[in-house]
Amino acid sequence: MAAVLESLLREEVSVAAVVRWIARSTRGSEVTALTRPQDNPGEAAALSSLRPLRKEFVPFLLNFLREQSSRVLPQGPPTPAKAPGASAALPGRPGGPSRGSRGARSQLFPPTEAPSTAAEAPLARRGGRRRGPGPARERGGRGLEEGVSGENLPGAGGRRLRGSGSPSRPSLTLSDPPNLSNLEEFPPVGSVPPGPTGRTKPSRRINPTPVSEERSLSKPKTCFTSPPINCVPNSQPSALDTSPWGLGLPPGCRSLQEEREMLRKERSKQLQQSPTPTCPTPELGSPLPSRAGSLTDEPADPARVSSRQRLELVALVYSSCIAENLVPNLFLELFFVFQLLTARRMVTAKNSDPELSPGVLDSLESPLFQSIHDCVFFAVQVLECHFQVLSNLDKGTLKLLAENERLLCFSPALQGRLRAAYEGSVAKVSLAMPPSAQAVSFQPETDNRANFSSDRAFHTFKKQRDVFYEVLREWEDHHEEPGWDFEKGLGSRIRAMMGQLSAACSHSHFVRLFQKQLLQMCQSPGGAGGTVLGEAPDVLSMLGADKLGRLWRLQERLMAPQSSGGPCPPPTFPGCQGFFRDFILSASSFQFNQHLMDSLSLKIRELNGLALPQHEPSDEDGESDVDWQGERRQFAVVLLSLRLLAKFLGFVAFLPYRGPEPPPTGELQDSILALRSQVPPVLDVRTLLQRGLQARRAVLTVPWLVEFLSFADHVVPLLDYYRDIFILLLRLHRSLVLSQESEAKMCFLNKLLLLAVLGWLFQIPTVPEDLFFLEEGPSDAFEVDTVAPEHGLDAAPVVDQQLLYTCCPYIGELRKLLALWVSGSTGRSGGFMRKITPTTTTGLGAQPSGTSQGLQARLAHAFFHNQPPSLRRTVEFVAERIGSNCVKHIKATLVADLVRQAESLLQEQLVTQGEEGGDPAQLLEILCSQLCPHGAQALALGREFCQRKSPGAVRALLPEETPAAVLSSAENIAVGLATEKACAWLSANITALIRREVKAAVSRTLRAQGPEPAARGERRGCSRACEHHAPLPSHLISEIKDVLSLAVGPRDPDEGVSPEHLEQLLGQLGQTLRCRQFLCPPAEQHLAKCSVDLASLLVADQIPILGPPAQYRLERGQARRLLHMLLSLWKEDFQGPVPLQLLLSPRNVGLLADTRPREWDLLLFLLRELVEKGLMGRMEIEACLGSLHQAQWPGDFAEELATLSNLFLAEPHLPEPQLRTCELVQPNRGTVLAQS
Amino acid sequence: MILTKAQYEEIAQCLVSVPPTRQSLRKLKQRFPSQSQATLLSIFSQEYQKHIKRTHGKHHTSEAIESYYQRYLNGVVKNGAAPVLLDLANEVDYAPSLMARLILERFLQEHEETAPSKSVINSMLRDPSQIPDGVLANQVYQCIVNDCCYGPLVDCIKHAIGHEHEVLLRDLLLEKNLSFLDEDQLRAKGYDKTPDFILQVPVAVEGHIIHWIESKASFGDECSHHAYLHDQFWSYWNRDGISQCCSGWCGTPGLSDSSASASQSAGITGVRKHFLPGILMKCVCK
Repeated sequence: MAAVLESLLREEVSVAAVVRWIARSTRGSEVTALTRPQDNPGEAAALSSLRPLRKEFVPFLLNFLREQSSRVLPQGPPTPAKAPGASAALPGRPGGPSRGSRGARSQLFPPTEAPSTAAEAPLARRGGRRRGPGPARERGGRGLEEGVSGENLPGAGGRRLRGSGSPSRPSLTLSDPPNLSNLEEFPPVGSVPPGPTGRTKPSRRINPTPVSEERSLSKPKTCFTSPPINCVPNSQPSALDTSPWGLGLPPGCRSLQEEREMLRKERSKQLQQSPTPTCPTPELGSPLPSRAGSLTDEPADPARVSSRQRLELVALVYSSCIAENLVPNLFLELFFVFQLLTARRMVTAKNSDPELSPGVLDSLESPLFQSIHDCVFFAVQVLECHFQVLSNLDKGTLKLLAENERLLCFSPALQGRLRAAYEGSVAKVSLAMPPSAQAVSFQPETDNRANFSSDRAFHTFKKQRDVFYEVLREWEDHHEEPGWDFEKGLGSRIRAMMGQLSAACSHSHFVRLFQKQLLQMCQSPGGAGGTVLGEAPDVLSMLGADKLGRLWRLQERLMAPQSSGGPCPPPTFPGCQGFFRDFILSASSFQFNQHLMDSLSLKIRELNGLALPQHEPSDEDGESDVDWQGERRQFAVVLLSLRLLAKFLGFVAFLPYRGPEPPPTGELQDSILALRSQVPPVLDVRTLLQRGLQARRAVLTVPWLVEFLSFADHVVPLLDYYRDIFILLLRLHRSLVLSQESEAKMCFLNKLLLLAVLGWLFQIPTVPEDLFFLEEGPSDAFEVDTVAPEHGLDAAPVVDQQLLYTCCPYIGELRKLLALWVSGSTGRSGGFMRKITPTTTTGLGAQPSGTSQGLQARLAHAFFHNQPPSLRRTVEFVAERIGSNCVKHIKATLVADLVRQAESLLQEQLVTQGEEGGDPAQLLEILCSQLCPHGAQALALGREFCQRKSPGAVRALLPEETPAAVLSSAENIAVGLATEKACAWLSANITALIRREVKAAVSRTLRAQGPEPAARGERRGCSRACEHHAPLPSHLISEIKDVLSLAVGPRDPDEGVSPEHLEQLLGQLGQTLRCRQFLCPPAEQHLAKCSVDLASLLVADQIPILGPPAQYRLERGQARRLLHMLLSLWKEDFQGPVPLQLLLSPRNVGLLADTRPREWDLLLFLLRELVEKGLMGRMEIEACLGSLHQAQWPGDFAEELATLSNLFLAEPHLPEPQLRTCELVQPNRGTVLAQS
Repeated sequence: MILTKAQYEEIAQCLVSVPPTRQSLRKLKQRFPSQSQATLLSIFSQEYQKHIKRTHGKHHTSEAIESYYQRYLNGVVKNGAAPVLLDLANEVDYAPSLMARLILERFLQEHEETAPSKSVINSMLRDPSQIPDGVLANQVYQCIVNDCCYGPLVDCIKHAIGHEHEVLLRDLLLEKNLSFLDEDQLRAKGYDKTPDFILQVPVAVEGHIIHWIESKASFGDECSHHAYLHDQFWSYWNRDGISQCCSGWCGTPGLSDSSASASQSAGITGVRKHFLPGILMKCVCK
């Protein structure tokens, strides 16, 4: 292993090659095939010689980093993962003769010894206590340790693993307990020990791990990365009862009581002796000033980083391992990196290491982190690689990160991105404490007499219900008192109550009640918190609006649980979950447990199979977000319920198998295995998992399964059935590479949630340590989803930060680490620790006061509580729909009106500014500034809409028989909720919406402005009487085209048109033009042009007429009639421009030249008529005639043309008789013009 | 109006290398008196376009253009009034309008020395009186009015047909009381690709669910169905629903039954829709 790192540092192999080399072992052959071509043969050879060591590399790397950082992180929060042997290098361990860092290193990392190190590594992987030459370490102080770790800062060094490898540890046995109260030996974290000795040998608070002698040979259960778990399993529940493991005791409870007694004594002793370390320190929210002041941390300076390149390399390898999910727990590694980032000081004790010669800087011989600068540099390097994850953390963490001045100084770019992410983030996470619990209401459908076997059972149940709530209330009142004990206070009463449950069906009734109450109290968005408001915190939050929200934020800061026990806490029963846990333990009733398991299994199956709405990505409406919120909330509710139920199911199911004794080994284990493999699982979780993966619902199934498995005993993972599950989970974990953009497969936050819970599971002590690094097991890529549906739940953005942090409160440790850094360093610019200033808001008039709002919310909640659940669902449904409809309505009315205004304003603008109209962007700005203020009306309108619509909907949906008072309350609540919803959306989005719509309208108008000014406006429709029976324009164009083609030729001798046909055609044209139904502008244009062409042909007498050969030409009178028709069509019926000037185009006039004898009278007639009807101006015609002269004509034709134009010009006011003379001179055509 | 595939093929058979003129159409009409002229014209046009697409290239080599131009010049010198250009086009089996465009382009190149822009040529074809040379103008005009498959007039007719039938379809939908969204409304809603109409409430026709209707102003032969299916229908399908419908007015009931399957194996789902408005909507169900 070391050899690999060495060769990497010596740049013999590239980082990419190493990562490929590691990944190959885990990703199977296809990756090999894929990456092989890129492999440098030299590198490949160098690495292939180390092939057998491959799987040890990641554990080695992690341990190596932990070991290297040991000098930097002697204080402060626990180092989550610790290398074997590193402990020896730790200075100042109380009572421990340190082996000296040199020895440790030389044993760990001599390149020549690599194979042997590697051989040892598997043992050492998860903390490898066996490495030390001394007797194997025992773990887990009982009681004592819990007392310390439970109450002290998460930073208590006691959480570390590293101490355990030291041969000196046996001295810390129960027989010789350390004096926890001795501040000299165990100073509180963060304080600097007094005296110069503290400088050279800084004492750290380490967890005393008292060891019982009789277990010293058993294999210690060490956790690779999570010290807390390591010690907790054997500890007893403290007075706070945060440990679940108390139930590991035999049901007799005798020993439990004993243990508790011991613990209490211990605690009270501590209280008396050393108030400082034991009093629960609000370590984050309000740091003790003394602590903050006493810390001096070294500034970190990028310029003073030693061996930059080496750090970069290691950081890159490390980041790649994290990115590829080769490390068991992503957040644990982030935690470690954050620790490095916020490291305060370097321990100087061993800095005078004589071996630290410059010559060996590149090898592993020299420490990786030689100074704070190195640590910070390394941390920043790694963080840069994981920006995506960071940017998805909650807003508070982002803020702290962005404000971290070390980050700014080492990587301004990263800091900039973080700041941008912070500013864009909406992921405010609140772990608010909900109001107090309420009892499960009477359930008429199940709790009625008909469901009981006898009157007696019915009444017994009634009594039990009362007893149960009495017990619950008593617990609520007393459980926080120091001297109170659950078993002592309530145990006998509970057992007496259970004793009364004789009939089997009574058990099931009670279990149902128990389970409902459990869900109601514990299924909170702030899971770690205490009691919770049922299923829908939204009711309160919506009603409460502004001030209530503020109140809650305050409450949260004062009351939010501050410690979740480090980055990898053991499974616990926080808050009122503890009541149910203790209840089960105290009841110690087999029947109860069995019924509970049945009921939990059923409910889990039901919830797990729930068809959750799937995201419809193609919703074009902007307000789809409104709808989606509700679906996300529903998912959160289901998921949290599932997790809670699964946790209790796991707890009860594995209860009989768990005990304080160490896991069996050897033959005993085999026989237990043989026995246990016969027992069917309480719930077929394997199948559920497989189905969940297939249906792409891992995001729902895996989190609760993890909860279930976290309570498994040591034997469970060895059973084939559960081993399959673990392997499936492992493959899933590997497949969730965050950087892979597979939107269709799984959303980023969904992945993050799964990674977090899986990572946590892999740290649970009962999960075998070799499981994660199991080499060949999960060799294939994760492939279960061959027949997966298109869009599973996994692909929908169902997880948000709130849910992530609720499910995995330990992620919040990251934030605490950063906050600790800020609070510890006085006078910093970062303003995280703000004072809570009570402010009075300026009253907004009619708004009810905060308290009355809160009261209102509570009232609403109470109201729902007493009504059937369907009522609440109905009200919420109505509120949601009406709210959404309201937004749509506003959009269709108010916004549409504004858009119309915008259009007319725009027209005005365009008129005043002329055709140019100015810059569209500028126009848009002007319009928006005028119109957006009107958006304010939207709120009033929206309120009015909700007021109007909601009651009716509620009334329609509720049963007719609903009492009037209930109905009106439901209506009012629905109105309130709908208004809240709509107004929230509107106030946030109305301006943007108006802007968007106006923008669209502007661009539409401007586009329409462009090409065709004439087409606008004066277009008429058909008359009202029109029945749209006119011939279709396409037909007419086609017909006219036929006539034209006949006229132009070539044609057969027998082809021609009849004058009647022509007349009919023009008649049809008139009809078509009068019926505008089917006419589109291009068609009209072409019709106009064709009619002009037709007129030209008529004038030139070019249309072949059917009939006797002699009369091959159109009669004059007929021609005039047709021309008249055309003239009136042009005048009356065409609405578009008619290209009349074409009549005088050289080509059309030229047609006349071909006819012999030439006849000009029709043309003259036409021209005069045009002028008379006002279709063309005289000047225009004169201009056309003038330009005709410029064309080249045959001599005589030009002459005649000149005569025509003279004739036309000479008689400005043409009297009728003149026309007639034209007609009269018809016989001698060709000369008529000359004569006149 | 019923048109079987066999009939269609028979018609198509007759159309091999027939010039797209009035005379050809008349002959076709005599041959198939039972079909309406418009149907025949539609098939003719479609077949001819396919033919032109195949042979287009050989008329556009520079040698071909040059030889056409020389023949035109020679012909015009001999007799400017004769249909030189039209005869030339028919002789070399090319659409007269396209031939006119070719020659016009060549002519302008020679006289103006710079290559004329497309819009200039288009506008001259629309209005030949803009052509500087009178003889050529007449020749071009003759080509255009005699061409029943190409040219600005034919384009306009096609456009008008498309528009008219959208209107007819809309009227029919209104008459049947079917609620629908038209193209403009859909665009306003932000659809990028829209069929003519989306039915707000789907209807069933002949057992097929219809979500939307697209009217096409062209004869629905196999080739055009494939092309439209590819270009448009799938993109609608991705947006609008499981089943789809293209409307072929005056489809053939017989055909529609036999070819109701999605594969469109019969190929013909409707004759040019505008001839018998409202007889049948043809479904293409996916």
